[in-house]
Amino acid sequence: MAIRWLKVVLFLGCLVPVARLGWRAYTNALGANPIEFITHSTGDWTLILLLTTLTITPLRKLTGLSALIRFRKMLGLFAFFYATLHFTTYIWLDKFFNLHEMLADVLKRRFITVGFLGLVLLIPLAVTSTAGWIRRLGGKRWQQLHRLIYVSALAGVVHYIWLVKADLRKPLQYAAVLALLLGYRIVAWLKGASRKVASAPAAPVRVGQE
Amino acid sequence: MLIKKSSDIKSSEITPKNALLNRRTFLAGTAVASAAVATGLAWRELAAPSIVAQANTKIDGIQKSKFSTSEAITPFKDVSSYNNYYEFSTEKEEPSKLAGNLKTRPWTVAIDGLVKKKQTFDVDAIMKMATPEERIYRHRCVEGWSIVVPWVGFSLSELIKRADPLPKAKYVEFTTLEDPKQMPGLRVPVLKWPYLEGLRMDEAMNPLALLCFGMYGEALPNQNGAPLRMVLPWKYGFKSAKAIVKISFTEQQPVNTWNLSAPSEYGFYSNVNPTVDHPRWSQKTERRLGEFRKRDTLMFNGYGDQVASMYSGMDLRKNF
Repeated sequence: MAIRWLKVVLFLGCLVPVARLGWRAYTNALGANPIEFITHSTGDWTLILLLTTLTITPLRKLTGLSALIRFRKMLGLFAFFYATLHFTTYIWLDKFFNLHEMLADVLKRRFITVGFLGLVLLIPLAVTSTAGWIRRLGGKRWQQLHRLIYVSALAGVVHYIWLVKADLRKPLQYAAVLALLLGYRIVAWLKGASRKVASAPAAPVRVGQE
Repeated sequence: MLIKKSSDIKSSEITPKNALLNRRTFLAGTAVASAAVATGLAWRELAAPSIVAQANTKIDGIQKSKFSTSEAITPFKDVSSYNNYYEFSTEKEEPSKLAGNLKTRPWTVAIDGLVKKKQTFDVDAIMKMATPEERIYRHRCVEGWSIVVPWVGFSLSELIKRADPLPKAKYVEFTTLEDPKQMPGLRVPVLKWPYLEGLRMDEAMNPLALLCFGMYGEALPNQNGAPLRMVLPWKYGFKSAKAIVKISFTEQQPVNTWNLSAPSEYGFYSNVNPTVDHPRWSQKTERRLGEFRKRDTLMFNGYGDQVASMYSGMDLRKNF
């Protein structure tokens, strides 16, 4: 029961950034360049939510709070939601649905190429986020597919690094957090591998929700 | 739709009761913390003064200029709250909040390098060297946005005449204030400080090159480059140095800060040119602040009649 309510809280919490944008738009408080403001804000929240999604597993393992897993799907879907808003701002308010120009951008400008890649990779993850798809794919294959989030998060951070003019501090903060989160997984994987080599009894592996 | 039903819980995920209690405390704590952060952010935004109030001084005797555009002027609020001024911060909304304490008087400008006589002018003396003119210029940032601003000042050539440079002086170099006590952004080495800019002598003598000390009929707000800045409407905005403390005349082409930072992206000339893209984004169009649709960027920002001849015969792809 508590989990259910916390999910409601989390759901509403994840809507705060977009509600805030809406409120600012309504009160004319988006600054001198509202479209840039919306682009940056939705981009930031995409990265924050991607990284939060990636924090669930390490946090779960370190704290033993296995129930945290039940918030992961929602966080991941909200990351996709903000990525979609970010892209919509670009294609609509920057390119005005000029697909030719957009394609030229994607092919020519590396920060857009890599950002676009990050978004596209999230699509299959959003589509297969349901219990039905986990069943259809089988836990292991589903899990393998969903490792694409690592590539997507990396693409998102690189997208930001390649975009800024001189001040790399903010994108590098995201990069540091991502490095920590991926580093944790590499260490965990290496440990697991060495344990297997030592042919110690393998820890029980839970399939499906990892 | 995104909220999972409790029936989705797998039996493998049912946790012992003591762990559950910890978890509840932890999660409740997290929820409270998030709510607090959100409230705090909201409060900060409501409470923060958007623009530091500044004692704006009216400038008397301003004449109209034939160089002014009749295009719609961007609101003062936008021009004074959306500033690329890395000496204060790399965030555009920050200089308007951080520049309030910058001391702009007394202020002197050193005339240095290849001149008959090196000297130092008080900024108030400079402002009296010629009749102040209102020049309503288009201003195009290299990032792809633009504004229309009624600047106040006079042609830089008026000062250059009085500085009396030697014939072998081929370039003008602008040095800007570097005072980390007043400019918090200087503590961060995002660029090499102080911020330097330069012009070829003919560019500096072009009547469009404005030595500027006001906008909207009043003294410049600090975040817009007070007390003295350049305005070069046919070049990308970063060429127009702010808070100038020294003007030097040189034989060699001066270094300019952004060129030093990324030579492939920012050239010495940096003339507005829709046909030469920034390596990472297109320069074909721009967003005029306050407008929804983007507009086409004009060659030399629409000032070709006055400036194109200075670059005839030059490959503007190479000399970007």
